[in-house]
Amino acid sequence: MSDLDQLYQDIILFHAKAKHGSTLEGNPPEAGAAVGQSHQLNPTCGDEITLRVETKDGVISALRWAGAGCSISMASASLLTDLAVGESPAEFTKMADHFREVMRSRGKIAADEELLGDAAALSGASRYVARVKCAMLAWVAAEDALAIAR
Amino acid sequence: MSANSSPETAASQTKASTHADHHQPLDDAQVARIRNDFPILTQTVNGKPLVYLDSGATSQNPLTVMEAEQEFYEQRNSAVHRGAHYLAAEATEIYEEARANVASFIGADSNELVWTSNATEALNLLAYSFSNASVGQQQNPEAKRFALSEGDEVVVTELEHHANLIPWQELCRRTGATLSFIPVDDSGALDLAQAAEKIGPKTKIVAFTHASNVTGAITDVPALVALAKKVNALTVLDACQSAPHMPLDVKALGVDFAVFSGHKMLAPTGIGALYGRAELLNAMPPFLTGGSMITTVTMESAGYLPAPQRFEAGTQRISQVIALSTAVNYLRETGMDRIAAWEHQLGQRLAEGLAKIRGVRLVGPAPGELRTGLAAFDVEGVHAHDVGQYLDDRGIAVRVGHHCAQPLHRRLGLTATTRASTYLYTTTDEVDAFLAAVAEVRAYFGADA
Ligand SMILES: Cc1ncc(COP(=O)(O)O)c(C=O)c1O
Repeated sequence: MSDLDQLYQDIILFHAKAKHGSTLEGNPPEAGAAVGQSHQLNPTCGDEITLRVETKDGVISALRWAGAGCSISMASASLLTDLAVGESPAEFTKMADHFREVMRSRGKIAADEELLGDAAALSGASRYVARVKCAMLAWVAAEDALAIAR
Repeated sequence: MSANSSPETAASQTKASTHADHHQPLDDAQVARIRNDFPILTQTVNGKPLVYLDSGATSQNPLTVMEAEQEFYEQRNSAVHRGAHYLAAEATEIYEEARANVASFIGADSNELVWTSNATEALNLLAYSFSNASVGQQQNPEAKRFALSEGDEVVVTELEHHANLIPWQELCRRTGATLSFIPVDDSGALDLAQAAEKIGPKTKIVAFTHASNVTGAITDVPALVALAKKVNALTVLDACQSAPHMPLDVKALGVDFAVFSGHKMLAPTGIGALYGRAELLNAMPPFLTGGSMITTVTMESAGYLPAPQRFEAGTQRISQVIALSTAVNYLRETGMDRIAAWEHQLGQRLAEGLAKIRGVRLVGPAPGELRTGLAAFDVEGVHAHDVGQYLDDRGIAVRVGHHCAQPLHRRLGLTATTRASTYLYTTTDEVDAFLAAVAEVRAYFGADA
């Protein structure tokens, strides 16, 4: 697989269109849940996301976002949604820390598929310095939102 | 082709080149020869020959420019306008010769050209000088004419680069003046009918670009200058995308100020210029103050030198000035008319080719209409960042994003576009390779489905 095909694997292109969790509008948070919301912008390309995390009974009970951007940033938000919901904040932090480490490794650190599931497919972006920010955008928003919800 | 770094030869070259047929564009053989002067263009990227279509952001340097810089450091490095020793005198002389040479390139006198780091700094110099004129007691009573206060207006356009927008926003914020803008229509073209309404008796400054770095449209400068003159407003021309690409005569255009960046015209980064009519520059308060711009200094106050020294505080960049002068010689020798005609052809080829690709929306003038040698576009269903990535994989370098023109993009209903921009070293084959690659993009990303 070429670097480009590695970056744009079918699973990425699928999620870039499917956009799981892009349901922020019209869906207020559940009563009784702790809520945190974060807005992140990548000023160089205009990619933007507003992401809301709800926690209840010790787990991330809901994650919804609204955003616009390139296929990597959109796929990343979608994959993150699938991964994070149902996890405890501590488990999610572990995932996010590993994800960041992989993304900053310039392709040197392989993603742990046990931990990241399908989101491991995003590791192709780590070879492209300019795309790391795209992949990280939703994760930074989630970490930020979670810190507020806690 | 080799350019000579001596301004004397430059003058005779100018004369010689006026005899050449200026309306004839460069031809393929000439462009091939030009490319030999740009070693960076010979490399491969991702196993494919580099196709550099990002000269609108920054251009490449020919060997003569890099050699001139090196020669300066090997033979003449010294501070200018300071010291009495041989090297200092030598450096000062070539520094001032370079100023005369670059000034003549844009039709200005040498005391009308101030060196800056780039166009952004030149625009900030203007805005802060006007800001300084707006507060407190002026040493020079003539500076009053630049003072702004509540009720005054600064007019820009909706398609400006942020560099020609934000300094004016800030100037207005500091002085209480109002910023207004000439809007663009749905195609991104300036609405000149509205310009006549926006530029009124309260207007003090009209700042606009000569050529858009996004749409490639060329502004009707005489029309805007006429409107500004009617109300005695100062005109500021952003020549970043014109000085490198077409003959430029600031006097013929009748603008009061103009700015450009060397790195977009075959020179290194770190050097740009502000042109201002001598009478205006000499009445303006300084922006940066310190050494080299003063006459008599006491513990209480200082007197200032006339322009351009007044605006060149501190030890100046010298090798960059020499490099820019050498770049200007290279452009002049090649012939600005011929470069403009060549890029006009390339721009048309880009516009026509892009307009034919299904799902591609060309921004700016339609094919056949006047545009510079660049084209920005949107690919339906594929984000510009992904388009750029796909092209990069093919060795093709383009710019993606809002190109420092967020308001224009917003007005056109876009957040980001892809832009291909050409220069004198761009071949038709490169444009064709780019068009072929763009035609593949939607299929690759499944946007056709
Ligand atoms: C039209 C226009 N104006 C201003 C600028 C700013 O130039 P610089 O960044 O060199 O100061 C640019 C280049 O980015 C430009 O294209």
